This record gives sequence, structure tokens and C-alpha cells, in this order.
Amino acid sequence: MTRRLAFAAVAAALLAAGCGGGGDEQPTLAELEKKFICPTCQTTLELSNAPVADRMRDFIRARLAAGDSEEEIEEALVAQFGEAVLASPPKEGFNLLAWVLPLAGGAIAIAAVAVALRRWSRSRPGAAAPAAGGPPLDPELERRVDEELARFDG
Amino acid sequence: MARRVKLILQAAAVLVVVLLVALLGWKVTDVAEGRGLDAALERGERPVAPQLVLDSLDGEGEIRLADYRGKAVVLNFWASWCEPCKDEAPLLEDVWQRYRDDGLVVLGVDAQDFRSDAQRFVDRFGLTYPMAFDGHGSSLGKFGNTGFPETWFVGRDGRLVGDHFVGPFTREQLEENVRAALDTPAR
Repeated sequence: MTRRLAFAAVAAALLAAGCGGGGDEQPTLAELEKKFICPTCQTTLELSNAPVADRMRDFIRARLAAGDSEEEIEEALVAQFGEAVLASPPKEGFNLLAWVLPLAGGAIAIAAVAVALRRWSRSRPGAAAPAAGGPPLDPELERRVDEELARFDG
Repeated sequence: MARRVKLILQAAAVLVVVLLVALLGWKVTDVAEGRGLDAALERGERPVAPQLVLDSLDGEGEIRLADYRGKAVVLNFWASWCEPCKDEAPLLEDVWQRYRDDGLVVLGVDAQDFRSDAQRFVDRFGLTYPMAFDGHGSSLGKFGNTGFPETWFVGRDGRLVGDHFVGPFTREQLEENVRAALDTPAR
């Protein structure tokens, strides 16, 4: 019984340590530089050498050194510069449209192409049918063709 | 039925395009709002100063430019990382101290900056005039500002007056424009 309890305690501790380790996983400065916009030049931090971008990099470096997570750093930068500091809009509220609309547009475009292709493929045999069977020839014309062929053969 | 669905889809597509064009137009006009102010001043006109409503730098309440109607305002956009702003700060504090009893307000707008850095800047230079905070810099477009520092002068009637400085000014230039702003009628 005691051994079971000890085993359960060790397993729980390992599980907790495992979970904690996942949460502590920190991004690098280079990764975060792609996620934030310099308010002066409106490009991501990695592309900006504006003074405020340097200051933001210093800020991120200090927060990483202090052990802050990506979410905590993001929260702190948004508190200073507003949501416009994020390179990608948050996936919530009105900003969700920025994520949904391109996907919806792509899906609609694919559906439209699929429908067009289907119609096109259906219409082809129909279009070929008159050429294969052909409309009935005018009897007079048929008679003249026969005469010409007979003369050609003779 | 199919024809009706087709019509609805076409109408929806047109609506989406119209909405996107409207959004684009709104964004363009929003950004370009302040671009005509400089040209108007150069033509000798006195355009109405755009509205500003921002948090105060100390985080205690809002600062509205309209609340200073009846006073002359030196509106200085700055940031703690801006080098020329360090030269201007003492000059601005000086005119604020000398002319505040005559109806002058110096209003600093700290933009694209960390609030803590700005507060340190204020403490370092002993600035006592009102300070607004605009972290992202959304107010800059309203005036057509393109950098730091930039300074505008608002008359007692809420209209711009004098020069618009892109970059630092001299003590004489500041003095001259402060007098011009103070000399404007209240209405």
C-alpha cells in the first residue's frame, strides 16, 4: 500500500514537472522579433533599426532573462503600444475576421472553380454530340455528294 | 430557384467588394487627415486643430486638447528615445513657467514609447507641464506628423497658428510662436 502511494506520488510529481517544463519553454528573441511591429516604421522588429525598435528588443531581452513567457511579454507590449503592436491580430472578437475571411475566400474560390470545372466537363460531351452524329443532311445535298463520289470513283 | 440563388450570391459578392472599398477609403482618409494642416498654415490660413483625447502620462485620467480652449497651447510631440527632444525639454519648461500666468499651456504628447521611459525622461528634466501618453502613436496621423520632435502652436480660439516645427526649434523661434499664440483672440 505504502509502495503504491509512493509510486503515485512520484508519478504525480513527474507529471507536474513535465507540465511545468512545457510551460517554461521560452521563445528566443529572434522568434519574438517576428511577432511584434515597430510603431515607427510599421515593419516587424527584425526588419527595423528604429530607436524604438531597439528599445523594444532591449525590453524583450530583459523580460526573457527574467523568465517571462511569450504571453506575458505580449501582454506587456500590448499594454504599452496597443494591439497594433502585434504582427498577427489576436484570434478573438472582431480580429477573428482577419483569420476567417481569407480562409472563407479561399474556400469559396475553390468551390467556384470546382463547380465551373464540373459544368465544363459536362458540357463537352454534349458539345461533341452534334459533330459525331451530325444533323441530318439535306436530301438534295446528299444526292449531289453521292453523285460526286461516284464520279470520283469512276 | 437557381436563378434566385445566383442573384443573391452576386449581390453578396458586390456587397463584400463595396465594404472592402469603403474600408480602404476610411483607412486612407484616416491616415491623410493631418496632411493638409501644414500647407494651410503656409498659405496663411489658420485651420482648426484636430481633436486629441489621450491618457495622461501618469495614468490619472484623460487629457483633451479641447479642454484648453481659451488658452494658447504649445503642442509638442516627443519620445524619450529622441535625441533632439532632450534639447527642447528645458526650453519648453522655461516658457511654461514664464507664460502660464498669461494663459499659456505647454502640452507634451509622448508617443511610440514606453510609459516608464517617458516618466524617467520627465523626472530627469524636471518637466511640470501636462503630459499625454500615446504609446502606439495614433495621434500622430491626425496632425500629419512624420517624426520626433514636432511642435504645433494652437491659438486661444482652438485654431493652429504660427509655424509648425519638424525637428528642433531655437529659443527665439519658440518665443516668437508663443507670443503669436498668446495674441490670438479667444473666439
